Parts: sequence; C-alpha cells; structure tokens
Amino acid sequence: MTAENIHHPEPSYLEYRGKYKGLLGWLTTTDHKRIGLMYMYAMMVFFIVGVILGELMRLELFRPGQQFYGPQVYNGLFTLHGIIMIFTVVIPGLAAVFGNFAMPIMIGAKDVAFPRLNLFSWYLFILGAAIALSSQFMGDGPPDTGWTFYAPYSVTTHTNVIAAVLGAFVLGFSSILTGLNFIVTIHRLRAPGMTFFKMPLFPWAVYATAWIQVLATPIVGITLLMIIAERTLRIGFFDPNLGGDPVLYQHLFWIYSHPAVYIMILPAMGVVTEIIPTFSQRRVFGYKAIALSSMAIAFVGYFVWAHHMFTSGMSSTARWIFSLLTFLVAVPSAIKVFNWVTTMYKGSIDVKPPFLYSLGFIFLFMIGGLTGLSLGSLATNIHVHDTAYVVAHFHYIVFGGVGFAFFAALHYWYPKMYGRMYNFKLANIAFVFLFAGFNLLYFPQFIIGLMGMPRRYFDYLPQFTFGMQLSFYGGILLAIGLVLMLYNLFQKNGAKAPANPWGGSTLEWTIPSPPPVENFDVMPEMGPDEEPYDYK
Amino acid sequence: MTAESVHITSYRTYLWVLIALLFLTFVTITVTWIDLSALTVLVALVIASVKAYIVLTWFMHLKYESSLFRVLVIVVLAIYALVIGLTYFDYLLR
Amino acid sequence: MEEHRDDIGARLGMWIFIFTEILLFGGLFLVYAVMRAGYSADFHQAAHHLNAFIGAVNTLVLLVSSATVAMSITAVQKGDSKKGVILLLVTLVCAGIFLVNKYFEWGHKIHIGLYPGSDLMLTLNHGSVMFFSLYFFMTGLHMLHLVIGAIVLTIAMVKVKSGAITPNKYVLLENGGLYWHLVDLIWIFLFPLLYLIT
Repeated sequence: MTAENIHHPEPSYLEYRGKYKGLLGWLTTTDHKRIGLMYMYAMMVFFIVGVILGELMRLELFRPGQQFYGPQVYNGLFTLHGIIMIFTVVIPGLAAVFGNFAMPIMIGAKDVAFPRLNLFSWYLFILGAAIALSSQFMGDGPPDTGWTFYAPYSVTTHTNVIAAVLGAFVLGFSSILTGLNFIVTIHRLRAPGMTFFKMPLFPWAVYATAWIQVLATPIVGITLLMIIAERTLRIGFFDPNLGGDPVLYQHLFWIYSHPAVYIMILPAMGVVTEIIPTFSQRRVFGYKAIALSSMAIAFVGYFVWAHHMFTSGMSSTARWIFSLLTFLVAVPSAIKVFNWVTTMYKGSIDVKPPFLYSLGFIFLFMIGGLTGLSLGSLATNIHVHDTAYVVAHFHYIVFGGVGFAFFAALHYWYPKMYGRMYNFKLANIAFVFLFAGFNLLYFPQFIIGLMGMPRRYFDYLPQFTFGMQLSFYGGILLAIGLVLMLYNLFQKNGAKAPANPWGGSTLEWTIPSPPPVENFDVMPEMGPDEEPYDYK
Repeated sequence: MTAESVHITSYRTYLWVLIALLFLTFVTITVTWIDLSALTVLVALVIASVKAYIVLTWFMHLKYESSLFRVLVIVVLAIYALVIGLTYFDYLLR
Repeated sequence: MEEHRDDIGARLGMWIFIFTEILLFGGLFLVYAVMRAGYSADFHQAAHHLNAFIGAVNTLVLLVSSATVAMSITAVQKGDSKKGVILLLVTLVCAGIFLVNKYFEWGHKIHIGLYPGSDLMLTLNHGSVMFFSLYFFMTGLHMLHLVIGAIVLTIAMVKVKSGAITPNKYVLLENGGLYWHLVDLIWIFLFPLLYLIT
C-alpha cells in the first residue's frame, strides 16, 4: 500500500484545478487541507496585527507616565489585542489549522464529515473577525472593556462594544460548527479497523477539544447576546440598578472562557505528543494515559471556571471548592508531561526544529502550569489577582504553550503541507530568538506582579521601570525571532520534501508531500494486530 | 453507505405518546391549583422532565438509535446539571 | 468525487447541534435559576400577569405539531408521501397558531407598556423586572427557533412533495423533525417555569 501511494500520478491538493482556478479555487474549496491552510493564512494576519498591538503597549510602558498616547487609547489597545489574540488566533488555533489539515489524514479519511459546512465555518470565522475589527472604526470609538466584556462596565460604556461582542458571537458559532464537524468525522470516518484506541493521539486531542467547543461555546454565545440585549433593550440581568447581578455575568462568561483555555491547549498537547516520539524514535510512552488524560482535562476543565472570580464576592465555600477542582486539572496535565519526558528517556533523540520547539513548549508550559497552581490556590490568588503576575501566567500558557506548539506543528507538517523543506539552521536561530525573547518579555512580569503591579494599567510606579524595560527588550527579541521564522517558512525554495522526512509513523507520512486531493489512493485499513503507530 | 436497519414507528405509538404528553400537561396545570408552596417548582420540573424524557425517547427516536446517542445525551445533560449545580452553590451559600 | 452519504453521521451532527442549542438555552435557564432564588416571591407575583390559558393552548399546539412531524416521518418511510405532506402541513399550521397566540400575548403586554426598558418596567420592583425580562428574552429566543424550525420543515415538505425526499433518503426530514422536537422540548420547560409558578 505504501509504495503505491508514494508514486502518485494525481496532482497534489495545491495544484489541483477544480471548477475554478487560482484564488477562487481556494475560496470555493471544500478540501480540508486547503481550508486548514486558509485558516492559517488568516490567523497569521490577525496574529501579526495582535503582535503589533502588543508591541505598541510595551512601547508606551517603557517609562512611567505618558509617552506616546493616552490612557483611553491604551484601554482600546489591550482590548483589541485580547479580542484578536483570543478569539481569532488561539481559540481556532491548532484545531482549525492542523485539525483540518492533518487530523482527517491521520485517521485515514478523505475529508471531514461535512466538507461544505467546513468551508462555511471558515467564512463565519472571517465574518466574525471582520465584525469584531469593525468595532474599531464605527460607533463611538474602540471598545475599552478588555476582552472579557465584564458587566456592568460593558453595558454602560459608550464605546462600540456591540460590534466586538457580535463578532465574538459569530466567531463562536464558527468554532461550534468546526467542533461538530470534527466529532462526526472522528466517529464516522475512521479507517476500517481503526478503533478509538488505535487512533493517533493528535486526533484524540482534537476530539476532546471539539467536545469543549461544542459544549462550552453556546454558553458564551447566549451571554454575549445578553450583553447586546442589555445595551439595546435594558433587560437588566447584569445591571444592579434593575436588580441584576454582575457576578452572574462573570459566572456565565467563565463557564465558557475557562474551558476555552483547553480548546487552545489540548490540540497543542496533541501535536507535541506526535512530535516527541517521532524525534526520539520511540513509541510514545503511555498511549492510553495520554488519550484519556485529554478527555479528563476536557471534562474536569469544565468545572473550574470560578477560579477567575476569587475576588468577585463569591461565597467562601464555593471559592475553596473551585480552588480544589482547579488543582485536579493539574493531574491529567502532569500525566502528559511525565509521558513526554519518559518517551524521550533512552530515545535516540534527533534535535530537529519541530522537536526544539516542542521542548520549548514543555519548558514554557511547565512554568505557565505551575504558576497557574499558585493562582488557583485561594490565598495566593487574592494577593496577585489582576496583577502582572496573571498576565505573565497566561502568556506562558497561551503564547509559550499554544504559540510554541503551533510553531512546532508548523515546522513538523510544513514539508507535508508544501512539499518543501525549510532551512533548519535558520529555524533554530529563530527559535533561540523566540525563546530568549519570550522569557525576557514575560518573566519580569511575574516579579513586578508579585511586587504589586496591576494589570491593564497605563501608568506605573517608578520601581517597576526596570522590569518593564526588560519586557520591552524581550518584545524586540521576540519580534526578531518571529520575522526570522516567517521569513524562513515563506521562502518555499528548500529541497523537495520526501513523503516521510522525519521518520513519522502515522498515516499522513505514507502519502506523498504534498498529498493528493483525496489523500489516499488505496484507502487504509487496520488489521486486528496493528497498533496506532505502525506506519513507518 | 450500507443500508442501516430502519425502525418504522407506527402511527398508533405516536398517538399514545401524544396522549401521554397531553395528560401530563393537564396534570402540571391542575397541580398549580393546589398550594404546594415550596414544592411547586420541584413538581413542575419533575413533570416537565418526564415529558422531556418521553419526547426524547419516542419522538426523537433515541429508543431506536445506537447507544452512542443515548450516552451522549446523558453526558451532556449531566455536565449541564453539574454546571448549574456549581453555580447555584455559590448563590446558596453566599 | 462520488457521492458520500452517511445518514447516521448526519443525524449525529444534528444531535450535536441540538446539544449546543440546549446549552444555549441552558445559559438562560441558569440566569432564571439564580434570579428565582433571589426573588422567588416577586416571581410568583409577576407570573400572575402571564396568561396561563394562552400558554396552555400553545403547549397543546406544540405537542400536537411534534406528534405530526414524527408521524410524517413514518408516512415517508412507508412511501405515503401524500400523507407525509398533509402531516407536515398540520405541523406548519400549528406553528402558525403558536405565533398568532404569541402575537396577541406580546402585543397586549407591549400595549400596556410592559416591555424591557419601558417606563412602566422601571417602576416595578427588581424581581418583576427580572421576571419580565426573562420572559421576553426566553420566549423571544424560543420563537426565533420556532420560525427557523418552520422554515426547515417547509423546505422538507416541498421536497417530500417533489419526490426529493424518498423512503430511502429522508435524513433532511428526520433532522428537521429533530430540530422541531427541540423547540418543543424547550417549551416544555418554559411553560411551567414562566406561566405556572403562581
């Protein structure tokens, strides 16, 4: 079967000409691989905008007092930075890009279950992003609520909150449909003989993610609709003047937005679980433990949301219960980390760029995860709540974790996507810049946060200047790293990639790079004795 | 796709289901004439849940679907119940 | 590409979509639960202002319509497309009755100045404001779903009539029916919680 697939006469999905050619051919495609790339291109644009906004904030914070622009602009900047980075970059993130590109191939399917719905999701994604961005240019100025849209301020501020909220709603709908598509795909389109426990671990992670997308997003959907109704109709659910309860908004918001963190991180963990064994040239250690820990994280992650609200005036009993539940999530997360490390033990490790980025992921995720525990603990949380410590923590998870895993996945599947290799040396240099820049940018935030620097403040006391300036320089290094990495990947003039450049053992490495339109010539099957990672 | 075995529910079954649902509606309305004070909401919710169970089982064909569908429905409702419960917990103990 | 067809997959997709709808309303029921816990006496008072008779009629109408949708699937499975169309038509008529009732119900409230943000509303006590806001928001969203369901069933009816939905291929009707039952399910909870807690 393998040999047949490699000498493939059919054109690859990149060259294939359907009804339309060129750009229109992409915009009307139902091919999961093309849709995956389309998500990636759109997200790259949003990501770069988000990075620029972040750097602008760092520029302003270089010295205490006003440097370049006033507090209202600063509020608008961090709000937009949050909305873009959260809703249009990391939430669709790895699931939309690599879940689309790689997952169907890894389970031996030709496409996802509902290809047209898949394209529709992408258009909803673009529409939602466009609506969210339009909030900047229409109405009474950019929203200044922060990405969390906390009531009652989001109800009373005169800025253009409705557009941002509506955009987030549409983006959520897109996310739901993608999740739905993936669940049905994994249930119905696995190769014959591939039971759930013979499925590679990235599809497992995508499956767990998809369930969170489906079951958590509607809650924020209705909450955002309520915010719109609050502003337009004065229904008053969150308005204390009418008898409403602002804390209820926080509950509803975090019932989604905490599981959303797992929407971001689970596929990231899944990718790393594929990369580590490939480059250690070993079978992954503890297959079942990793598969089930994904589901466990998805499940337990649903019941920890109120640890974002320890200072909101919740009941003390609820607070310690949520604190306890929060600690529980650490268990399946740690199981994964132990398994990755154990997989490397006595492996024949080949440090190629994807592996390097994965190591970066593990390191940064560990720091993010452990500081997360100190935030989940009730007493310490109250000390560092809403400080730069929190900012540092979630950037370690969301950028250090999800971002680095995204880069790892990009370097891992890049040869499969484009049929070309990239320059390893440049990729490694970019990694050094990214890794050093990232730590220099965010680690000082832990320290000044502990010293009492609040988050979302435009100005600060002189004693924080040194930390802020370190962060600024870190931001520069990080930007250089990003430019180098993207420059390297945009070359597309490397050597032609073989079908299996890394010695991977999942199905996508058995087909040519780039894959043909329908992925497989001969549909793969799995015998009763075959195991998940047998395709080598 | 290979043909799946299709279960055809008879008109008669649906008619009985409808009668049961109408009867339960009648019950839920009439019990409000009795003063149950604190139990009012509980009784209303129990009757509504029974009706929902009937709709799910017969009208929505869960009885004849593969067990996967039933498991998913139960899991989803359980997660929702836990979410409501945890939120309520905060308000009850405040 | 040869046509790929997977009815079980299509139904699974529909069920997952229904889960999201349940949770969408679930958020509102959560608000209801919290508000009711805070203002139970006010809620009892305010519920007196809803017309339980119209609510009950609408419940009957929706239950009947659910049964006819279910029966229309039986008719299509048996190859009796004529009966299938008639049963779907009954469903749509029921949907129409429901909407007319709602029109009068809402119309009356708006006429006397009782709607979110109205002057009258602002003079009421907090619990009543919450109750009526929830009433309008929940029944409004429910109505929106009912209209969407009716549109889907209209498409299904046209397809049954034109022969595009056959005894071998009726998953669209089945999924439309599932959606319709969802509308019914939500009403089963809305009705007692809003109208009958007096």
